Amino acid sequence: MASVDTAVEPNDSAVSEPEIGGVRRRDFINIAAVSFGGVGVVATVFPLVNQMNPSADVLALSSIEVDISAIERGQAIKTSWRKQPIFIRNLTAPEIEAANKVDVSGLRDPETLAERTQAGKENWLITLGVCTHLGCVPLGAAQGEVKGEFGGYFCPCHGSHYDTAGRTRKGPAPTNLEVPEYSFLTDTVVKIG
Amino acid sequence: MSFPWAQQYKPATEFGQWMDDRLPIGRLVYNSLGAGYPTPRNLNYMWNFGSLAGVFLVVQIVTGIILAMHYAANADIAFDSVEHIMRDVNSGWMIRYAHANGASFFFIAIYLHIGRGLYYGSYKAPREMIWLLGVVIYLLAMATAFMGYVLPWGQMSFWGAKVITGLFEAIPLVGKPIQELLLGGFAPDNAALNRFFSLHYLLPFVIAGVIIMHIWALHIPGSSNPTGVSVKGKQDTVPFHPFYTAKDGWFVGLALIFFTAMMFFMPNALGHADNYIPANPLSTPAHIVPEWYFWPWYAILRAFTFDFLFVPAKLLGVLAMFSAILVWFFLPWLDRSPVRSGDYRPRFKKFFWFGLIPCIAILGYCGGAPAEEPFVMLSQLATAYYFAHFLIVLPLLSRIEKPEPLPNSITEAVTGKPLQQAS
Repeated sequence: MASVDTAVEPNDSAVSEPEIGGVRRRDFINIAAVSFGGVGVVATVFPLVNQMNPSADVLALSSIEVDISAIERGQAIKTSWRKQPIFIRNLTAPEIEAANKVDVSGLRDPETLAERTQAGKENWLITLGVCTHLGCVPLGAAQGEVKGEFGGYFCPCHGSHYDTAGRTRKGPAPTNLEVPEYSFLTDTVVKIG
Repeated sequence: MSFPWAQQYKPATEFGQWMDDRLPIGRLVYNSLGAGYPTPRNLNYMWNFGSLAGVFLVVQIVTGIILAMHYAANADIAFDSVEHIMRDVNSGWMIRYAHANGASFFFIAIYLHIGRGLYYGSYKAPREMIWLLGVVIYLLAMATAFMGYVLPWGQMSFWGAKVITGLFEAIPLVGKPIQELLLGGFAPDNAALNRFFSLHYLLPFVIAGVIIMHIWALHIPGSSNPTGVSVKGKQDTVPFHPFYTAKDGWFVGLALIFFTAMMFFMPNALGHADNYIPANPLSTPAHIVPEWYFWPWYAILRAFTFDFLFVPAKLLGVLAMFSAILVWFFLPWLDRSPVRSGDYRPRFKKFFWFGLIPCIAILGYCGGAPAEEPFVMLSQLATAYYFAHFLIVLPLLSRIEKPEPLPNSITEAVTGKPLQQAS
C-alpha cells in the first residue's frame, strides 16, 4: 500500500515523528485505514457477487408434484424439475431382477437398487435425466429410444451406459444418475424436491 | 509533459523494471496519479469533485453491468424484470438503488466540478481543451442518464422518452422523420427501448474514454489552483501521491457516507412515484418532469411560450435549451480576462454569486415546478439572465473590470511570505 515516506518540503512544518521501536504513529494509521477500507470492500463485493446466485423466483421452483398413475410397467416419463429433466420409470419385474443380480462391489459407484428407490416402491426409479459425465440427457426414457447395453439409459454424447437401476456401467460417466429428494404423497402422486 | 522537478519513476523490483521496458503501465500511473505528478499545494476542497465524479462513474458502471444481467430490454417484460430485480434477485434492490442514486451523485459531483471551473476560470488558457472535453463528457452523461431513465419502462420513462424525442420534432421540415428515426416508430416502443438499452450500455465507456483524454489534457499544463497563478517552482507543488490521493480518498469516504445514507434510508427521494406505474401510451401523468439534474435546462425549454420573428415557440425553446449548454463551448473565448480566479475579480465575483448561481437555482426550481405562473415568468427572466451572463456580462467584464493584485506565487499566497527563489 501507500508508502508515506515522501520527502516533505523543508520549509513546511516538519512531520518527522518520534519513533518507538521503529514504529511510527503514521504506520498505525496506515494499517488501521487499510484494514477498515478492506472490511468495507469485502462488505461491498459480497452482494455484488452474491447477486449471481439463484434468485428467489428460481428457488421457488424447487419442488414439483407429479401424477404417476398413468405410467405402466416398463414405461418411463420425462418431466422437468428446476429446468432439468427428471426420469420417472416404472420398472418391470425382469428389470428389477436384472438390477438386483449385479454384484455391487464391482461397480464404479456401488449402490443397490434398494438404496436408489424407496421401500415398498422398488419399481419406481426416479432420477435426474442428466448424464453425470457432462450433463447431456441420456436416451432410454421415451419409447423406442436406445437403452444401452444394460437396458437402462444410454447417453449419446460420449457413450455412457446406465443399467436398469440408473447406475453407470460403461463409458466415461463417473457416478450413477442422481436420485433427487422425493416423497410419495399418495400412491400415485410424487413430490420431487 | 510535467514539471522538471517531478519525481522520476523507478521500478522497485526486477519484474517492475522488466515490465517498464515493455509496457510501462506503472510509469503511466505514477506520472498521472502518483508521486510523479506535481500538483499545486493550495488546492481547496472544490478540487475534489473530479475524482469523486470518476468514482461515481465506476459505481454506475459496476452496478449497471450487474443490473444488465437481470434486466430484460423488452417492452412487454422490462417493467416486470425491474420488479424482479427489486424482489427476487439477491441484493437486487440494493444494487438498483445504488444505480438510481449513483446517477444523482454523479451529477452532484459533476455540477460542483463545473461550478469550480466557472468560478476559478479553469477554462482559460492553457486549459481550454480540458474544459471543452469536460463539456463533451457532460453532454454524454446527460444522454446516458436520459436513456437509463427510460429503461424501467414506467410512466415517467415512457413519457420522458416521448417528450425528449419530441424535441427533435421541432426541427423544421425534417423534424418528424428524425423523431421517427430515433424511436424506430411513431411512439416509444420495443424498438426505442432496445436501442436505448444498447446505447445506455455503450455510452459510459465512451465517457470513460473522453475522461482519459480530459486527464491527458490536464497533465500538459497541470492542475489549476484557487489563486489562478501558475506554478512557478518546486515550492509551489506537492506530489499528487500521497498528498492528494489521501485527500481525495478521504473525501470519497465522506461522499460515500451521504451516498449510502440516501441509498438505504431515502432511496426514492429523488425519483418519481409515477415511474412505479407501468408505461401506458394512452395516459400522460398529470405532472411530468425530468430528473432533478435536468431541471434548469427543462425550465429554459418551457420559458419560450411565444413565437418570435416567425420562429415557433416550440423550436425556440429547443434551440435555447441546447444553446444553454453549447454556449459553454465558447466560454474560453467569451471571458477574455487574463485573471483566472474569481477570487481576484471583484465584479465577476458579484455577478457569479448574485447573478449566475441564483439564476441557475431559480431555473432548477422552476424546471421541477408545474408549467404555470409565476414559474413561467421566473423561468423567462432567469433564462434571459443566463444568456446575458455568458454573452454580455463576461465579455464586458473582461474589458472594464480592474482585478485585484495577484499574489506573486502560490507559495506566497499560502505562507504570506514573499517568494524566495523560483527554479
